[in-house]
Amino acid sequence: MSDAPLPLTIIGGYLGAGKTTLINQILRHSNGQRLAVLVNDFGALPIDADLIEAQDDDLIALAGGCVCCSYGDDLMLALTRMRTLDPKPDHVLLETSGVALPGKIAGAVSLFGTGIHVLGVVVLADADGLPAQLQDSYLADTIIRQLGSADLVSLTKTDLATPERINSSRFNIGRHAHDAALVENSNDILHHVLSAETSRHSTTAFDAGPHHIELTSRTVTPPGPVDAHALAQSLADTDAVVRAKGHLLNAPDGTLVTLQLVGKRFTLTPADPALKPGIVIIEKRTGNASTAA
Amino acid sequence: MIKIFSARKILTMNPQKPHATHVAIRDGIILGAGSLEELEGWGKYDLDTQFADKVLMPGLVEGHCHLQEGALWSHTYVGFFDRMSPEGDMQAGCKNLDAVLSKLAAAEARLEDPDAPLPAWSLDPIYFDNQRVDRAQLDAISTTRPIGIMHASGHIMNVNSKALELAGLLRHGINHEGVPLGDDGLPTGELKGPDVMSPVSIHVGFDRDMLSCDEQGMWRFGKLCVRAGVTTATDLAARLPDEAVATLRKVTGNTAFPARIVPLRFHHGVSPEDLIKHVEALAPQSTDKLRLGRIKIVVDGSIQGFSARLRAPGYYNGAPNGLWYIAPEHLAYILETSLAKGIQVHCHTNGDEATQLVIDTMRKALRKAPSSDHRFTLQHCQLADTAQFRQIKELGLCVNLFANHHHYWGDQHYDLTVGPERAERMNAAGTAARQGVPFAIHSDAPITPLGPLFTGWCAMNRKTASGRTLGEAEKITLDQALHAITLGAAYTLNLDGEVGSIETGKRADFAVLEDDPEEMGVEGLKDTRVWGTVLGGTPFAAADV
Ligand SMILES: [Zn+2]
Repeated sequence: MSDAPLPLTIIGGYLGAGKTTLINQILRHSNGQRLAVLVNDFGALPIDADLIEAQDDDLIALAGGCVCCSYGDDLMLALTRMRTLDPKPDHVLLETSGVALPGKIAGAVSLFGTGIHVLGVVVLADADGLPAQLQDSYLADTIIRQLGSADLVSLTKTDLATPERINSSRFNIGRHAHDAALVENSNDILHHVLSAETSRHSTTAFDAGPHHIELTSRTVTPPGPVDAHALAQSLADTDAVVRAKGHLLNAPDGTLVTLQLVGKRFTLTPADPALKPGIVIIEKRTGNASTAA
Repeated sequence: MIKIFSARKILTMNPQKPHATHVAIRDGIILGAGSLEELEGWGKYDLDTQFADKVLMPGLVEGHCHLQEGALWSHTYVGFFDRMSPEGDMQAGCKNLDAVLSKLAAAEARLEDPDAPLPAWSLDPIYFDNQRVDRAQLDAISTTRPIGIMHASGHIMNVNSKALELAGLLRHGINHEGVPLGDDGLPTGELKGPDVMSPVSIHVGFDRDMLSCDEQGMWRFGKLCVRAGVTTATDLAARLPDEAVATLRKVTGNTAFPARIVPLRFHHGVSPEDLIKHVEALAPQSTDKLRLGRIKIVVDGSIQGFSARLRAPGYYNGAPNGLWYIAPEHLAYILETSLAKGIQVHCHTNGDEATQLVIDTMRKALRKAPSSDHRFTLQHCQLADTAQFRQIKELGLCVNLFANHHHYWGDQHYDLTVGPERAERMNAAGTAARQGVPFAIHSDAPITPLGPLFTGWCAMNRKTASGRTLGEAEKITLDQALHAITLGAAYTLNLDGEVGSIETGKRADFAVLEDDPEEMGVEGLKDTRVWGTVLGGTPFAAADV
């Protein structure tokens, strides 16, 4: 077993922000990564029976090498277990309870030592519910402290919220998580997380100030058929690109293919011809952000 | 077979017949209390005069303690106050840091295995001018075996270098508010808060599940009950996995085990839906000495750990507000579902904001699932004000106040955590009584020693460890105190029809006392000597356990 630290990403946010949905997506689309997902309890996690390879009280082994582990009261025990899993997971995702402060959890995980490296704190915020939560005197300070510890905030449920609520949520995220990157689509956040490059979260302090990660997203629609494989490979070779997805008309015959790219890995699969060509590229803003596309 | 005990005096706690000289029992049940003449009509009997010079009370009921107290006695006690071990050895308090260190050194010398950890408990540096223990002092005792001392509050631990090393914490670059660093940039060995303590505590010999209790610990706990006159005790935050339930059933099922245990299933680490399912499955496994099927919710943290949720004006020293240990929606689900299903719930609320959240949630839950006799209980409820007690009364809630805490840490609350005014009204038993809120008082053993008579003294006198009377208006009377540690606590557990008073039809559970609490009075109640107990008609002498 190698001694490289296990990368860990903390996923926080209040009840209803979509953490469980995200975890389910992650487990369904691990893209070949061996993920270990730590949840407080298995309560709301509907894992399809055919995915389960083995199960005991607090660990579910899934097809494809992912595991899901409930830590209940004992996060440190669960982390120890992650370190001893064989084969070792590629990435640990830690879902916090709805009232937990992710910054405090990051501090606690940091005590685990050099064996685990906190890559970043992702906080999910419910676009529909956030304005009311911030008006709730019992909850507001907890939500604010959660947002304040985020490196990346994902505004979820934008499809369910009124424009007023979405705007109010955006405003409040800007106010309380002003240094964090904001994304407004949970699918994207999923893939940022999977890229294992969420941020360079180097702090170990409680509620420490967030660290910049700058991610930009753009949509590219080539004017005609392209060599999809060559394009995908060039994106994969570009360090700044963490995620790309969408559909391309493949040269020379113009059939539509779906591109899924996470980090250095990509797949191209036949797509429904009715879909519109175009790919979304998400990249880190670095000194030279230009890409091949 | 009928047995009649004679006694110097029987305090029945039954207002219809407050005093008696004899009590008749059959099959573990009280036939009646009164004079011998009044009881003879039940039929042929054996007269047992072993308590002829003793005073009987109903077996005392501790409504908030933890079996963990029994488990801790296999570790070294280094508390400031003298404390009676389960075996009856009065361990002298450690009055200064040197005494702590020399007691540890003596315990170390007795260990044969060179790698065995040395766990100790109940350190309280506030009694020696907050002098901190550091790693070097513990290293002087041993550099080869891990040493850990749990503070009395349960919120801080001091460990030696070996313990830090085993936990991977003897390194530079640690940046965590719960891990103070020395001049050398390495941790001093003081660990603050559960997050920080848990990775180290297993290496120093504490159980991973701090609240769990093994078989030996349970037997020790039983001995402590006999010494304290307790016949019914809670285990207020148990996880109750199958193995633990099997152990509880085995031990309490032994006729030699001297107490009835009421374990409450702790909400944490399990989804609200699974919690309800688990408790429903536990309830039918109850016996007359093991009462399962209740829920304990921890709503916030502790006041001295600054993790309790306070309303304005917040902490006296300006510390940020504490933490929620449950989401309000989950609290609402558990309260509503439990009301609808008839499951009893106790909620730990230390701060007044936590108390208010339970009040508000309960009000809504009762509208959805009306219930006239739920007896949901606020545990600790230390900072509630009078308006909250009025709401508590309206909603049919009970409270179990932490009278002992007020004695041990009242000065600290006065000076540091909540300031004078709220420190004076903390654990407001007087207000509870005036507002007609059913109340009990508790030790939260092992945080403070199990001993309801002492707890009653604390609630009547409200004297802090420094001798200050803190909250004159919240003192209660002797009658109220004796009620609180018998029927009052039994009521919060819905067991008042069964235990808590000596009257016909109830269980023959008694505290057997050498002194008469009514003579000992307000000042002297804590010095009442306990001979032992009777459980279901069977005597247990403290001298023999
Ligand atoms: Zn307790």
